[in-house]
Amino acid sequence: MLRITAAAGLAALAVTLTSSVAMAQTEIAWWHAMGAELGEKLESIAQGFNESQSDYKIVPVFKGTYPETLTAAIAAFRANEQPAIVQVFEVGTGTMMAAKGAVYPVYQLMADQGEPWDVSGFLTPVTGYYSDTDGNILSMPFNSSTPIMYYNKDVFEKAGLDPEVAPKTWAEVEQFSQKIVDSGAAKCGFTTAWVSWIQTENLSAIHDQPFGTLENGFGGLGTEFTFNGDVQVKHWDNLKKWADSGLFQYGGPVGGSDAPPKFYAQECAMFMNSSAGRAGVILNSKDFTPGFAPLPYYDDVTTDPKNSIIGGATLWTLNGRSPEEYAGVAKFFTYLSQPEIQADWHQFSGYLPITNAAYDLGKEQGYYAANPGSDIAINQITRGTPTANSKGIRFGNLTQVRDVVDSEFEALLSGQKNAQEALDAAVERGNQILRDFEAANS
Amino acid sequence: MQTKRTIFPNKLLPYLLLTPQLAITIIFFLWPAGQALKSSFEREDPFGFKTTFVWFHNYARLFSDPEYLNSVWRTAIFAVSVTAISMSVSLLLAVAVNRLLRSGKFYTTLLVWPYAVAPVVAGILWWFMFNPTIGILPYLLDQFGINWNHRINGSQAMILVVIAAAWKQISYNFLFFVAGLQSVPQSLTEAAAIDGAGPFKRFWTIVFPLLSPTTFFLMIVNINYAMFDTFGTIDATTQGGPAGATNTLVYKVYADGFLGLNIGSSSAQSVMLMLIVIALTVIQFRWVERRVQY
Repeated sequence: MLRITAAAGLAALAVTLTSSVAMAQTEIAWWHAMGAELGEKLESIAQGFNESQSDYKIVPVFKGTYPETLTAAIAAFRANEQPAIVQVFEVGTGTMMAAKGAVYPVYQLMADQGEPWDVSGFLTPVTGYYSDTDGNILSMPFNSSTPIMYYNKDVFEKAGLDPEVAPKTWAEVEQFSQKIVDSGAAKCGFTTAWVSWIQTENLSAIHDQPFGTLENGFGGLGTEFTFNGDVQVKHWDNLKKWADSGLFQYGGPVGGSDAPPKFYAQECAMFMNSSAGRAGVILNSKDFTPGFAPLPYYDDVTTDPKNSIIGGATLWTLNGRSPEEYAGVAKFFTYLSQPEIQADWHQFSGYLPITNAAYDLGKEQGYYAANPGSDIAINQITRGTPTANSKGIRFGNLTQVRDVVDSEFEALLSGQKNAQEALDAAVERGNQILRDFEAANS
Repeated sequence: MQTKRTIFPNKLLPYLLLTPQLAITIIFFLWPAGQALKSSFEREDPFGFKTTFVWFHNYARLFSDPEYLNSVWRTAIFAVSVTAISMSVSLLLAVAVNRLLRSGKFYTTLLVWPYAVAPVVAGILWWFMFNPTIGILPYLLDQFGINWNHRINGSQAMILVVIAAAWKQISYNFLFFVAGLQSVPQSLTEAAAIDGAGPFKRFWTIVFPLLSPTTFFLMIVNINYAMFDTFGTIDATTQGGPAGATNTLVYKVYADGFLGLNIGSSSAQSVMLMLIVIALTVIQFRWVERRVQY
């Protein structure tokens, strides 16, 4: 349904655009994975660029989910039909970086085309996550997010908790959840989207625990997973315990498609999800007041929680298109980097403001003061000094590894394995996937 | 008796007439199958820059992978359950409709409708009904003290995909059974009735054996359906989870190849799948067909 509407909208857009402008334009295909409201917003950004000049026309094409978009772009590349720009999620970063012949690095593109390119303008976590070993950014940051916690203030109040105070630590999450369930204010304390990204990768970063060797994979393809350490085991153990006692409900693998309905239907009082879920939470919380808070941490492990890590996607330029198209791509990236465009996209979607200028503009506009909780994500991702463990993760075939993590988490919940066994198995199976990737790319 | 034989002297014409069919077979079947066979012996990065010939490495990895062996077992359970349920339910419906004189056509039309629903849409409908949070069925089951959560419970997940996949195939089987039942001569059942055979006796000794060609055909079609065409249903309901409980062979091919971009392993898996289906079909034609009475 969604895809049909998107395609129809696109066709209509294409017709109106072609009829109104001259034929000498260079068309540039932009494949993306933004559906629904985000997709419409993205198209309006492309349209804004198309109207701002008359030499180039960006043609956005919705290609489905993130993995589908990546697969489509790779298949198209092999058939020599690749788009100039493709949106690839952060999980695909390792795969794209290893594909040197396929990618036209953005820093090089901007230099070749004489467009301004200032790395220092980006937020530090963004540059940290997307730079290669030489410190160059290979793809254009576009939509970056980080997980935060959403909670239901009405349920908190019903349970006799202060609705303005969200739990800071996991001990408090447990204590609050118990109170919520015992008082009957809601059936469950909390749920989560993205078990691998939020409850494993970000958990490791926040507690300064290594997720893999060689600086979490930034140091090379020979990396191995180490996320079966004490902190991760303790957390998974707790999640299992809380799932059994009803404090925690599992929302399904990958993005956890069952988790948002649990929160929207007020079945679960707290919900951990990407900051980009903010628009959805506001839209679906007509019957209650949502609150926003940073992710909890274990205060017996650290008193100084590190920054959380990035999710979302960047725009990659693919090799093999004409020079005119690349000139247009560079112009479009310059257009995208403007603080006004960035701030508008960030405020609309809940994604992070990618540049300092966009963040400053938001502050000037009074956006964060007027929208409490909208700066939680940016404060959380920029807090403290990033360490090698909290800079991010970079592994090839990470999509497959995340599937393994989900599957082992399910084995834990169903009682087939305990936390240590499940994480050990996930590490072992994950390492095999890493060796495959290393063998195929070296 | 002398039969009149028509002779076509042209040697080329038959091949010419066959060309369109042959072209379709070669382009859409032999070529991709050949490609899969070739990739199954290679290791390649997703973009296809580096290709290494690795002999049977991909296959060796498959057979030492407990996940793959688990998937074979799950597929067997899935295919047998889907085939048994969808065929027995549709036979029951067909027999019931066959007894109706006037309203038979009306019921037939209604029962064919599910076949027009796309697998993914059907999957989403079932996902919705069985959703542990917002679904109607978990709510009803809760009244009987059954806690439905196919996100954690592997057996429940398997039940869900079996029901969803079998439901989708009932219409198809039903149509064939109705047609098959109508070709059973009325005189035979009437004669048996006069001899004092009850409805059950008449069905098992006359109708069912005469229906065996249809049943045999449907069995092959259904097993193939369960093994190949149910990918959309699984993707929309359980995505192969929890913990691989519904990860059938065809879904694993998709997950490893399209999501994981591991083309070598995915190709090896599709070659294995191809071999399994060829073997099953040979077995069915050689052993089961002998018991079919045409």
